[in-house]
Amino acid sequence: MIIMKDVYKKYPNGVVAVNGIDVEIDQGEFVYVVGPSGAGKSTFIKMMYREEKPTKGTIIVNGVDLTKLKDRKVPLFRRSLGVVFQDFKLLPKLTVFENVAFALEVIEESPKTIKKKVMEVLDLVHLKHKARMFPSELSGGEQQRVSIARSIVNNPRLVIADEPTGNLDPETSKDIMDIFERINASGTTIVMATHNREIVDTIKHRVIAIENGIIVRDEQRGEYGYEI
Amino acid sequence: MKFRTFGRHLKESFKSIFRNGWMTFASLSAVTVTLVLVGVFLVLIMNINAVATSIEEDVSIKVLIDTTATEEQQKDLGEAIRNIPEVDTVEYSSKENELDSLIQSFGEEGSIFKLYEQDNPLNDAYIVEAKNPQDTSKVAETIKKLDYVQDVNYGQAQVDKLFKIIEYGRNFGAILIAGLFLTAIFLISNTIRITIVARKQEIEIMRLVGATNWFIRWPLLLEGLWLGILGSIIPITFIFITYKNIYDYLQPRLEGSFIEILDFNPFAFQICGLLLLLGCVIGVWGSMMSVRRFLKV
Repeated sequence: MIIMKDVYKKYPNGVVAVNGIDVEIDQGEFVYVVGPSGAGKSTFIKMMYREEKPTKGTIIVNGVDLTKLKDRKVPLFRRSLGVVFQDFKLLPKLTVFENVAFALEVIEESPKTIKKKVMEVLDLVHLKHKARMFPSELSGGEQQRVSIARSIVNNPRLVIADEPTGNLDPETSKDIMDIFERINASGTTIVMATHNREIVDTIKHRVIAIENGIIVRDEQRGEYGYEI
Repeated sequence: MKFRTFGRHLKESFKSIFRNGWMTFASLSAVTVTLVLVGVFLVLIMNINAVATSIEEDVSIKVLIDTTATEEQQKDLGEAIRNIPEVDTVEYSSKENELDSLIQSFGEEGSIFKLYEQDNPLNDAYIVEAKNPQDTSKVAETIKKLDYVQDVNYGQAQVDKLFKIIEYGRNFGAILIAGLFLTAIFLISNTIRITIVARKQEIEIMRLVGATNWFIRWPLLLEGLWLGILGSIIPITFIFITYKNIYDYLQPRLEGSFIEILDFNPFAFQICGLLLLLGCVIGVWGSMMSVRRFLKV
């Protein structure tokens, strides 16, 4: 569950990225965050996993008050969520298996558990047979599936995705959305920033539109609503 | 931290040494070159210092007592010298004694002086040492004014000049070593920084999946330690062998002269231990410095 109350974010260079946002996202929801470039989407998303701190206001994610969270507690908090990026952020020198296992090594799981859990999620994203390959040997869609596998391998309650289909063709994007749908169906909250009109308009979910740092629209089963 | 995790850090640190082949090579060369330089200069400077100290300790004043002085008057003079505040030790040396040491100092040829044993032309003397070697000339001047002093011997000009040279040598050496050490740290933390910039993405992802700062730091810290240890192997071998050879060559030739170089054992071992320690400190410190800015939350 995510609660934002009266949140502002002003960067040191004077840019006000978020200018008063109040929002609540319940456990198990699937939310699209849409809006033009530079509207504050990224900042909004980054504040959810505490990559950025708000200048003012309160943010509570998975029961943790991020505005009061000490720096050294941030790693612990991050373990309760998964993050997926447009550019996948995989380590090129590690195999598919190692890339996913990385997230579990960090939290000091036993090798046995790691193996079991990694194979489970690789199965979920249909990449079990490519576990020993390196990211460079995979297509863009497959790489994104690896990064999704990594984000969900420790059963997070929330997955945050920043333009996950940004670099992918429409067909591949549908596959990726399929996976997110399945993750969501198991009760995990999904917050996804996107520019993909087709997806937002065909796979209907809650839409939050951000412009000039404020929420201008918040509809259940909404539409993309911007002309491209 | 679990034991298994430490094993993982160890493994990771070894892996990245091999994975970052050229960077490892660059860091290693930097450590090696600087440690060789530091080692050579340490050996030189510590030996110069040892020689200087032994010369300083050898500087004494010979007070020649007037031959007309009675035993009583000699004792009074000794007392007067002891009462000079800068004086450390006063030793009496009879003229027979003086002749003996003269004969000895000439070795085999000294035997010709034996002729004088019957009719000794030398003076009785006091050997005086100042508490602080730099006060030698001042003490000598004071003694000169006392009664029954025929002459005072201490090689004024040479001693003063020597002290000046020694002092310059020491200061120069200290500055040189400090400079080298700073250069070493700069070089190494720079090289390690480059390797870490290359791993920026890895660190970013580790932080994203919830790695604690220490989880990220450990492998890098260990890697720095290995680089330091590996980098000190060549300098240690070099210093060890070179000093051994120089020592074996010089020691017999310096026998009996007032110059002495430091004994191979324990000096060479101390220097090598010090180089190893320096390597570790530089390696660990360098990697800590460079990883710091990537760990800001």
